[in-house]
Amino acid sequence: MTQSNRLEGGQIDRSRSFDFTFDGKRFKGHPGDTLASALMANGVRLMGRSFKYHRPRGVLSAGSEEPNALVELRSGARQEPNTRATTAELFDGLEAKSQNRWPSLRFDAMAINDRFSNFLTAGFYYKTFMWPAAFWEKLYEPMIRKAAGLGSLSLQDDPDAYDKGFLHCDLLIVGGGPSGLAAALTAGRAGARVILADEDFAFGGRLNAETFTLGDASGPDWVAATVEELRSLPNVRCMSRTTVIGGFDHGIHGAVERVSDHLATPAPGKPRQILWRIYARRTLLCAGAIERPIAFANNDRPGIMLGGAMRAYANRWAATPAQKVAVFTNNDDGHRTAIDLIAKGVRVAAVIDVRADAPRLADCELLAGAQVIDTDGRLGLNFIKLRLADGSERTIECGALGVSGGWNPNVHLTCHQRGRPVWNEAIAAFVPGTLPQGQSVAGAATGDFSTYAVLRSGTDQAVVALSDIGLEAKAIDLPQAEDAPVNLTPFWHVAEGKGRAWLDQQNDVTVKDVKLAHQENFRSVEHLKRYTTLGMATDQGKTSNMGGLAIMAELAGKTIPGVGTTIFRPPYTPVAMGTLGGRSRGQHFHPVRETPSHKWAKEQGAVFIETGNWLRAQWFPRPGETTWRESVDREVRAVRGSVGVCDVTTLGKIDVQGTDAAEFLNRIYANAFAKLPVGKTRYGLMLREDGIAMDDGTTARLAEDHFVMTTTTANAVTVYRHMEFARQCLWPDMDVQLISTTEAWAQYAVAGPNSRKLLQRIVDPEFDISNEGFPFMACGEITVCGGLRARLFRISFSGELAFEIAVPTRYGDALIRRIMAAGEEFAVVPYGTEALGVMRIEKGHAAGNELNGTTTALNLGMGRMVSKKKDAIGSTLSEREGLNQEDALALVGFRPKVAEEKVTAGGHLMTTTGPVDAAHDQGYVTSAAYSPILESYIGIGFLKRGAERMGETLRLVSPLTGTDTEVEVVSAHFVDPEGDRLRA
Amino acid sequence: MIIHHPLLGPRDAQEFTYLGDASLIDRPDWQAEHAVDRFHDYLYLRDNPAGEHRELWFHEVGDRSWLVVTRNTLTHEITSVELARDVARSRGRSK
Amino acid sequence: MSESNGCAMRYSGFRVIKEALTGHRGWGPAWRDPEPQPSYDYVIIGGGGHGLATAYYLARHFGKKRIAVLEKGWIGGGNVGRNTTIIRSNYLLDGNEPFYEYSLKLWEGLEQELNYNAMVSQRGILNLYHNDAQRDAFVRRGNAMILSGADAELLSVEQIRARYPFLDFANARFPIRGGLAQHRGGTVRHDAVAWGYARGADSHGVDIIQNCEVTGFRIENGVCKGVETSRGYIGAGKVASCVAGSSSRVMALAGMRLPIESHVLQAFVSEGLKPLLPGVITFGAGHFYCSQSDKGGLVFGGDIDGYNSYAQRGNLPTVEDVCESGMALIPALGRARLLRMWGGVMDMSMDGSPIIDRTHVDGLYFNGGWCYGGFKATPASGMAYAHLLATDTPHETATAYRFDRFRRGLMIDEKGMGAQPNLH
Repeated sequence: MTQSNRLEGGQIDRSRSFDFTFDGKRFKGHPGDTLASALMANGVRLMGRSFKYHRPRGVLSAGSEEPNALVELRSGARQEPNTRATTAELFDGLEAKSQNRWPSLRFDAMAINDRFSNFLTAGFYYKTFMWPAAFWEKLYEPMIRKAAGLGSLSLQDDPDAYDKGFLHCDLLIVGGGPSGLAAALTAGRAGARVILADEDFAFGGRLNAETFTLGDASGPDWVAATVEELRSLPNVRCMSRTTVIGGFDHGIHGAVERVSDHLATPAPGKPRQILWRIYARRTLLCAGAIERPIAFANNDRPGIMLGGAMRAYANRWAATPAQKVAVFTNNDDGHRTAIDLIAKGVRVAAVIDVRADAPRLADCELLAGAQVIDTDGRLGLNFIKLRLADGSERTIECGALGVSGGWNPNVHLTCHQRGRPVWNEAIAAFVPGTLPQGQSVAGAATGDFSTYAVLRSGTDQAVVALSDIGLEAKAIDLPQAEDAPVNLTPFWHVAEGKGRAWLDQQNDVTVKDVKLAHQENFRSVEHLKRYTTLGMATDQGKTSNMGGLAIMAELAGKTIPGVGTTIFRPPYTPVAMGTLGGRSRGQHFHPVRETPSHKWAKEQGAVFIETGNWLRAQWFPRPGETTWRESVDREVRAVRGSVGVCDVTTLGKIDVQGTDAAEFLNRIYANAFAKLPVGKTRYGLMLREDGIAMDDGTTARLAEDHFVMTTTTANAVTVYRHMEFARQCLWPDMDVQLISTTEAWAQYAVAGPNSRKLLQRIVDPEFDISNEGFPFMACGEITVCGGLRARLFRISFSGELAFEIAVPTRYGDALIRRIMAAGEEFAVVPYGTEALGVMRIEKGHAAGNELNGTTTALNLGMGRMVSKKKDAIGSTLSEREGLNQEDALALVGFRPKVAEEKVTAGGHLMTTTGPVDAAHDQGYVTSAAYSPILESYIGIGFLKRGAERMGETLRLVSPLTGTDTEVEVVSAHFVDPEGDRLRA
Repeated sequence: MIIHHPLLGPRDAQEFTYLGDASLIDRPDWQAEHAVDRFHDYLYLRDNPAGEHRELWFHEVGDRSWLVVTRNTLTHEITSVELARDVARSRGRSK
Repeated sequence: MSESNGCAMRYSGFRVIKEALTGHRGWGPAWRDPEPQPSYDYVIIGGGGHGLATAYYLARHFGKKRIAVLEKGWIGGGNVGRNTTIIRSNYLLDGNEPFYEYSLKLWEGLEQELNYNAMVSQRGILNLYHNDAQRDAFVRRGNAMILSGADAELLSVEQIRARYPFLDFANARFPIRGGLAQHRGGTVRHDAVAWGYARGADSHGVDIIQNCEVTGFRIENGVCKGVETSRGYIGAGKVASCVAGSSSRVMALAGMRLPIESHVLQAFVSEGLKPLLPGVITFGAGHFYCSQSDKGGLVFGGDIDGYNSYAQRGNLPTVEDVCESGMALIPALGRARLLRMWGGVMDMSMDGSPIIDRTHVDGLYFNGGWCYGGFKATPASGMAYAHLLATDTPHETATAYRFDRFRRGLMIDEKGMGAQPNLH
């Protein structure tokens, strides 16, 4: 296919050609093209279908405000739905497909919807699809859903990488058009740290789209020289292909840099896009303006586009939508389109200007006081029908129509922090109102539209912004430039005409829909938007909201600002979710914490389990073991029979020091700590201030003023935070210091009847760890393996004679190897979290499933531990009646009547005689396991008045898992209830 | 958001963990009359103003200071940042 | 005034066809814009989902008259207009589950009740779990649901894969190990809920008064006599506050401090995509939940920003956190684009559960503390509040939602996070 609509000139590199396909058809374009400009140059006007009526659509704009020309870009796992052809940079081999059509773009069966448009008006679905009632979910909704959406995702994992980064600057300039460039030059020359960001791949903004000269230079030449200077300044960072997506609190901006979207695939090691978080002391918004259309009957045919876009295609990309075009405008700027296209050799049939006194500016026919009242052409514009000033009708043949209703300053970013724009009568548009702190606006975004004015405000505003932060800058000398005033008569829609007049082309919202919304009292601007879906499409109404507001104002007899505006919300343009996710996906979703024995455990073939961010050994399978249960049962038996070792490094450890440390802990724990002797460890229960159990663990007193606390793995961070709160905010004068030492110590539980014998081979001989010398709950600082400092605690989670031994982290790996070697004689086994869990259930120790944030000390059977004689966090509010009910839940054990029957954690307890429903719930099982010692399944859980119900038979029902088991209420201490073993 | 730490200068709010109203410093006396009621009001009731709010932030991935930040809940503007320990002392808290 | 002065006409297949063929000239306003009367029997403050539903049920089911809903802006502009549209009754605790199940049942009949298609779509909700402790908690919860008469099903990884083959099963940091499904859960077209209730209430004579901000209460001898508004004083037999994120502000006008903090919750929608998500899915290892709207947009959210705010907008770290979780769960989302983000003000309570109760001022009632779960509660909240207003006794499914539960130690804390609103 030849580039039949390619013109002379433009900023494309004709020395090279790119091949690309659209719907499988091959075309050629050039570097510098967008997909839209290349298609246009190849004579393609039809590029998409609308959402609801599947109307044929072509490009409306030449930028990111595009509602119509959306394509699925690329293929396979890189398929990107809803990509705007107007911003997609052409590359060699680009593949694009049209979307939301079947079977093809030209013959779309779903266009039948258009025939039924009388039924499918705004809000039609709220009034219908209700009869018969059952049909909604079975028939209507599936039908609607099937038709929903525009493009499709491949559903394959996104193969590209995304990065995130942080940038800091004195001045962030959003937009690299004439005002942004002038501002950047001003700030850059003053030595300020400047970031200049523009969404386009080329700087220059409208200077690339117009034929203006600046001094002696053409627009693009001035841009090139300016950018060259900026790039030479080390304090200026020029970021093209970078969209500032949102302004957030305190000068923080989000920006997306499209690093590789202009390539077939990212270069090796490069991301597709980068999310930058920009910390700017000052921000200057130079975002320009967006042209707005005029609504008239059948104004949505391919070929009908914004006038400014039409000349942008001609001037920048040397492309025209047709060989014969016309222009429809209410302002002088619209005439520029005709002038520029004529200069490019395109025939301009006429300029139709609604103003009766329109000036004659272009060298073609001027139809002043005329309006476009209809159009024709099935898949592209063929004719326009006019009502002339004298009342007569006239039809003009043309393949494209440039429409200009004036320009709207691009105030989007001024509104992200809830600022509201204000109305400017002179340009009949909203301009920035209250600005976010640290932000100012320059250029067309303020409503100044001439080239000279935007250069002026760019440089001046940069000077002001910098002086705000104490930096001195001088305004640059400005070149001579066009300085035409805005000359416009507000005109929003042509009243005459039988056909529908589109406002929101993507969502198919017409003038009639707005009228209906008004008629049904959906008159607030938000109701209008939500009822009609105006402005809710992928372009967020950048070209359509104003038209809707104007019509609502007309109907309501209000001014446009009296109707209001909807809120502009981030992002400025849609952002790939991959970019916002960055590297945090797959295995990198969260960091991995490994214990010092991780490598060793891996060598032993451990199966690991995620515990928060930690990876812990779950069990250690041996050859021949085919199920996890076999391994776990063996590990439990080995511990209870001889000795085992378990890595408990992940438990939180907090070092507490100071002369008030004991008193501090006395207030942190519900039970008494002040009198804990040196060399002793105590179990502690910590309450939240509301009296609910927060965490538990053991705390050892190593010296008068030195304690070492352990917390559960899950609560290590929150407990530490809580204690710092108490220390700094509640009792600021206590002499106590806290530090988290979780990462500083590797800690192992050595458990089982032979644990002492094993440890005697590890602990240096001068330390007596006999039962007499180091009884149950003893603790001490010792040395191991010939002088390595260590800590030893005689505490037991398994219920066996057991120790926990801690060494500095870097010796953790060495210690586990020494322990295993020393224990060979006792057939020591490593055991994982599963065996640990089984043994703690056998002992009835509470863990995360029991400390679930709703249980009290009373529920846990520790009610008496809560000292009433002291002030401790949570003690006062634990006196409330709700925490002391007569039928309070109590932690008990459960054994199935038939040992082989499973006990289901999460099952609910019911009496054997009463009904089985929520109203008769007796409690629930929190944790369950198979006990290889008892050769039975067992469970622990909470039962109303549990302590009084030993021996009672209950039904443990779990309709969710389909089980219903008879269980007997027993003590939660299944193994060694007297505790003889752990004191041995 | 950016919090100007009194010791460390401007820091991203992401380094901090939020707790809530700075009135949580004013923990009642456990031996006072109607202590349960006082603790109830202390723990559960909030002014929850739309405007200036003094609130506790913990520099969790920083120096572990608790800070009292005065921030406008309508605009998020921060007007002062103090060390919570100083605030607590100024409100008569000691040991 | 009488109950017949509402203006909404009945929608029917016949009517829809007739209007389509006659240029839709016959559709009347969905609700009127009346001038406020000097007094009403019932003044409901807040024209959100809950307030409108309350007015509707008060008029329709309790036969009450002289009811006004005062809305400071436009109706449905609060959280009912900016949420992620999910309905479900997958709660654990006694105080909650019967209430939310009742709500779900009301949703199931809503369209016929209101003669308005709010597009209740019971496409199911699936909560994923990633470890044994989560599984145990879900089993307990699923059982509690079934024992309360709701539906629940525990799904295996294979069952989940069959429905959602594109989740990250192969390379997840926290592998999916199963899920708890409630097939009757789903989504509703959120704006339509407000409009449907407004139209229904209006047709039963309720005056819906927009752009009418309450600026004070007139309280004499401990009795609330009426409200001062931006449109003058309005007398009232009973005044019912129902203003969600503005609860503390409004009740402060009556001298009350509440067990509530206002926080910002952001929500997000993607560009329209061809259907991919069959139902609502929540990630159990991060902050992300997602469904797909009837128009094709992915509607998703995550955690609250975490600080007190009335700003109705949030910050970037939370956006990133949500999308990180989204990418961890569904790596194909990388090439979908986030279209719009917004923030709502959540009335986060001290135990994560709501309050529907009388206050210490006679004639002044309160409904709030919905946290970010108010949308799904809309019908039951309206019914329960109407019940309380009409009878001065709590509705049977809402007996636990009392102010004094904190004083008495009867918190309803689903998440077990205690008195810290931003953790619920």
